[in-house]
Amino acid sequence: MENLILKVKDLQVELEGERILEGLSFELKEGDILTILGPNGAGKTVLLKTLLGILPKKGEVVWKKNIKIGYVPQRLPFIKDVPLSVKDFFELKKVSEAERESILKSVGFQENISKKKMGELSSGQFQRLLIAWSLIGNPQVLLFDEPTTGIDIRGEETIYSLLTRLKKERNLTILLVTHDLSVVFKLSNYVICLNRGMICQGSPKEVLTPESLQKIYGQEIKYYQHND
Amino acid sequence: MISQFFISLITGIFIGGVAAYLGTLMLSKRMTLMVDPLGHLALPGAALALIYGFNLALGAFPFVVLGMILIWFLEIKTKLPTEALTAIVFSSGVAISFLLLPIEQAELALVGDVSQIGFYEGIISILIIIFVFWVIRRIYSKMVLINVSEDLAKSEGINVEKYNFIYLFLIAIIVALGVKMVGGLLTAALVAIPASTARNLSKNLSQYTLGAIILGAASSFVGILLFQITKFPAGPLIIITNALIFLLSIVFKNKEKSF
Repeated sequence: MENLILKVKDLQVELEGERILEGLSFELKEGDILTILGPNGAGKTVLLKTLLGILPKKGEVVWKKNIKIGYVPQRLPFIKDVPLSVKDFFELKKVSEAERESILKSVGFQENISKKKMGELSSGQFQRLLIAWSLIGNPQVLLFDEPTTGIDIRGEETIYSLLTRLKKERNLTILLVTHDLSVVFKLSNYVICLNRGMICQGSPKEVLTPESLQKIYGQEIKYYQHND
Repeated sequence: MISQFFISLITGIFIGGVAAYLGTLMLSKRMTLMVDPLGHLALPGAALALIYGFNLALGAFPFVVLGMILIWFLEIKTKLPTEALTAIVFSSGVAISFLLLPIEQAELALVGDVSQIGFYEGIISILIIIFVFWVIRRIYSKMVLINVSEDLAKSEGINVEKYNFIYLFLIAIIVALGVKMVGGLLTAALVAIPASTARNLSKNLSQYTLGAIILGAASSFVGILLFQITKFPAGPLIIITNALIFLLSIVFKNKEKSF
């Protein structure tokens, strides 16, 4: 297929003797928004890191040639240890001032925040900034680990509308790890359900049935339905 | 002698400045804890150098490198917390040095003596320090990214293991030079205190690095000057100067907050 961007076949990941992922096969086309869904410890972040090539693996992970990938991590716990201004953080990637300012604007920063300390940003601003940072060098693919973590409801909606806008403007392909089922329906056209192995994959409407959710989340979803 | 004092002063300023610069890279907890046992492991090497009459830094260096490998190996094999390994390595290093060295000679290994640096020794130390400074500058932004997030650094194609190795190698050189200046017990402070002070006071990376270098160099200058006046050992005086400035920085920071 012409616009195939990623092919994963029989992926298996073992970390310190423990099998985290096995038997994963899926494909990603240009412009897809793929959501990786699953409970805590399902291996979602591990899958993302394996796709980035930073964890050892067995099986095939083949990206389209010369593709540029941007990565937005879940959190950066040590960032407050470093007296980094926003400008410093961008300079770690040797980016020009003009590019920095234009990217910051494109993710919605109207005011000049370059001199602000990274540790002083609100969680919403911080997440925006990480997205901006990942956009340096114009990647075609964004890998996004749990964007909602630590963001209030208003901020959360803004992050997802931002992603939708960026996807359109930059023709991005996005891989998104999340716990949030509503996001899957709103945003993505393909979903992978993980619980160490592949539970289901396909378009959200096809595969996210009560049965498959029960399979992914076990007790958790029962409790949720009971509460409803 | 004025000239001897001058050599000590210049060498001290260089070591103080670059040790502090390197210290600014110890942003994660793991890295801070590494320097301490390394300083103590340098002691047996320093003891051997004293017994056989060769350069303290030369004696310390192989032991520091050995210490690095030992800690790395123990961490992987035992999965013990670094704090526990620090205690083991610290006490072993000190114990071995006391076995090797008569107690009255131990002072030099423990607290160093920058006043005994010879002319050529001083020149070589300064050249090594300039080299270390150049390497730190080259790896700096990549090391900061590694400290912030190894995953993020790896996703940018940075070879984290390679850079960590270079970093530890630089620490080994600085610890070896630091042992000559302030002794094995105090070397960690030479690396850690000016960086901590600068972090207290800075708003961005250039203030942080420049601040640490200036504070490290200035503390060495003041410490060695005080040594010339009081004849107390220079090593402890340098560290006490560093510590006092650190305390002042806390007061200053609190005042700033209360405004």
